[in-house]
Amino acid sequence: MNSKRRTLLKGSLAAGAVGVAASAGLLAPRSVLAAWPKSAFSAKGIDASLSELYGSGDAASSSSIKLKAPDIAENGAVVPVTVSSSIKNAESISIFVAKNPQPLTSSYALGSATDAYVATRIKMGKTSDVVAVVKAGGKLYSAKKEVKVTIGGCGG
Amino acid sequence: MAKSIKVRASNKNGLTTVKALMSHPMKVEKKDKKTGEVKPAHFIQTVTCEHNGKAVLTAEWGAAISANPYLSFKFNGAKKGDTLKVSWVDNKGENATVDASIK
Repeated sequence: MNSKRRTLLKGSLAAGAVGVAASAGLLAPRSVLAAWPKSAFSAKGIDASLSELYGSGDAASSSSIKLKAPDIAENGAVVPVTVSSSIKNAESISIFVAKNPQPLTSSYALGSATDAYVATRIKMGKTSDVVAVVKAGGKLYSAKKEVKVTIGGCGG
Repeated sequence: MAKSIKVRASNKNGLTTVKALMSHPMKVEKKDKKTGEVKPAHFIQTVTCEHNGKAVLTAEWGAAISANPYLSFKFNGAKKGDTLKVSWVDNKGENATVDASIK
């Protein structure tokens, strides 16, 4: 009788601790996720991802966007990419890799005084087009470049 | 895990060029082929850069950004000696912030 009571107490104590840990662990990411466009990042195609991100899948190809990336990337885990644009009032820049499982790599919201210039390093699973999309004045513009990958950087 | 951000911001003729290097594993969700065990993703989701309390760049990242991410951008309207605040939050709720002075 007495020993049973002990186990019951222990059990309820443990359950309480787990509950507290779970709520503490869940609360922080949830507030972050509110701003982070999860559906755009998990979309399987560029068009689907674009419409999740900007509400429209149409991006006109533009020569005013400069996409700098290597012709051949020896290591797909680190591919340096630079996007710059002469399009005025650019609000946002996004970088996609067409054949990655989730094409959207990153999206940048630019402040009013920020130049349309972003450089970063991305992962590529295999040889694919890298697509840069610039949003300006409610319209979408894009530029792409093929990068050959000799060693993939996703899931390897 | 070291949680650090290295920032170099230099001002030339009113244009500030920012280069930031963050220390983060940036893991993609992976499934072990033998055991079927799923290793969760761990990556930076949001990077915010503020100058005088105003956001100059907000980056939303997926797991397809390379480990120990590098980010560079340019903005106008800052002076030498101004402070640039760079911070990130990852998908586990971990975060880091650094104040860098513009040179």
